[in-house]
Amino acid sequence: MLKVENIDVYYGAIHAIRNVSFEVNEGEIVTLIGANGAGKSTILKTVSGILTPKTGTVNFMDKKLNGTPSYMVTRMGLSHVPEGRRIFQQLSVEENLEMGGFTRNKDEIPALIEHVYDKFPRLRERHTQIAGTLSGGEQQMLAIGRALMSKPHLMMLDEPSMGLAPILVEQIFEIIKELNESGVTILLVEQNANMALKIADRGYVLESGKIVLSGTGAELMASDAVKKAYLGG
Amino acid sequence: MDFLSTLISGLSLGSIYALIALGYTMVYGIAKMLNFAHGDIIMVAAFTVYVFATVLKLPAAATIPLAVLFCMLLGVTIERIAYKPLRKAPPLSVLITAIGVSYFLQNLALLIFGSNQKSFPKIINIPALKLGQLTIKGESIATLSVSIVIMLALTLFISRSKMGKAMRAVSEDKEAAELMGINVNQTISVTFAIGSALAVAAGVFYGATYNFIGPYTGSMPGIKAFVAAVFGGIGSIPGAMLGGILLGVIENLSKAYISTELSDAIVFAVLIIILYVKPTGLLGRKTNEKV
Ligand SMILES: Nc1ncnc2c1ncn2[C@@H]1O[C@H](COP(=O)(O)OP(=O)(O)O)[C@@H](O)[C@H]1O
Ligand SMILES: [Mg+2]
Repeated sequence: MLKVENIDVYYGAIHAIRNVSFEVNEGEIVTLIGANGAGKSTILKTVSGILTPKTGTVNFMDKKLNGTPSYMVTRMGLSHVPEGRRIFQQLSVEENLEMGGFTRNKDEIPALIEHVYDKFPRLRERHTQIAGTLSGGEQQMLAIGRALMSKPHLMMLDEPSMGLAPILVEQIFEIIKELNESGVTILLVEQNANMALKIADRGYVLESGKIVLSGTGAELMASDAVKKAYLGG
Repeated sequence: MDFLSTLISGLSLGSIYALIALGYTMVYGIAKMLNFAHGDIIMVAAFTVYVFATVLKLPAAATIPLAVLFCMLLGVTIERIAYKPLRKAPPLSVLITAIGVSYFLQNLALLIFGSNQKSFPKIINIPALKLGQLTIKGESIATLSVSIVIMLALTLFISRSKMGKAMRAVSEDKEAAELMGINVNQTISVTFAIGSALAVAAGVFYGATYNFIGPYTGSMPGIKAFVAAVFGGIGSIPGAMLGGILLGVIENLSKAYISTELSDAIVFAVLIIILYVKPTGLLGRKTNEKV
């Protein structure tokens, strides 16, 4: 579904991503793990068109994406839940969801919103509330719900567990698994390697802009290198 | 009665400032730039009406829609040519470019129409309203009523319509808005188009109130409306309306009761005091910190 081949990404003179290749097949949960600053967010931004790779290609559903503006990428069925959630703080919960459905037809919106509320009843209770006043966990649910509004084939999540209490982290990972079971392919970026590898079919380990290891979730969990660097022993 | 008629003409002048201030504040909110050429769009609007009505002798009903169309295209074109390439440039470069555009429009008008003032065509023909001793000029009635309708419509558009919500989303976070599938460049164009359409309304009422127009007609109301936008809280739509109306009222009251020469100084002094007490303006809010 998503095939990234030999991409190099720069911020000015900074060479952030070096010759990275990976793929995500339909129906999978694939995780990209790595320390802070490894380049995980940069890769997601490159896929969604916020950044353009200097060399290499990004293919999504057999279409080459390089240079496609990100609003077009979203329209093709790829949604990106950015790091730090980035919900629209001054818009209401429901308006945030409407923005998530910006690319959909007007008459589809009410049913899509209902679907999100069924998944996240907390959001229904707070649908008129200004989003900036939600708690961290609720904001993450809103960010995921908003991304669901575009009916994506592939959802990319950038550190959805960041800053959440352990119980909420469990809940978020549970939701990601459910989403996947309902047919959404997932590319998950995490620093919480343990949780991510548990639910992932496959994973890639990123270090200083390079992929140093890849394998199934179970293989990576068993790997000494991963254990040492990311699983605390 | 004198006080009341001063107040009404102040409200009418204030709603002209408000219409212009809305253009400043919306563009600032969305493109995060001060479009210093915005005042000159008013001048262009007034000359466009002059050309259509006085030179080409078109009926008033055709003149205004044509001027709106022309100025919307002009506003969008200026954004595309002059500002869009600078989307990622430092704010100072954008500001200097906007000042350059302002001089360009003024000098172009000077070249085409010369420096003599032209008399603005009489396209608003509403008789004055007499209520006992109070007389309200036809121009004031037109300005006030049309401005109120425009401001209500704009408020509804921003709060309810899909495009209006997208504009608020873009003003908060362009990258996130783009990830929703919102075409940010298109949203910015729409904002410039709306700002320019409002400037046409302002230009027509300004011309009708002062009767004469020249290449520099836009600069003083432009600066005052900018002040009004800051006064109300730059980026805030109700703030621009409130700021514009207050500014017009303060200006007219000081002209009537303090001094004609000092009225502008008084207006600016009030601004300085307000900003000293509330740096974000009357209805402005602190910029949100990123989580
Ligand atoms: N806007 C930017 N400008 C310059 N360098 C950046 C920018 N964003 C990220 N970087 C650098 O790129 C590298 C990868 O960053 P990032 O993709 O955010 O890492 P991660 O998401 O894995 O923490 C880091 O060295 C970071 O400092
Ligand atoms: Mg990151």
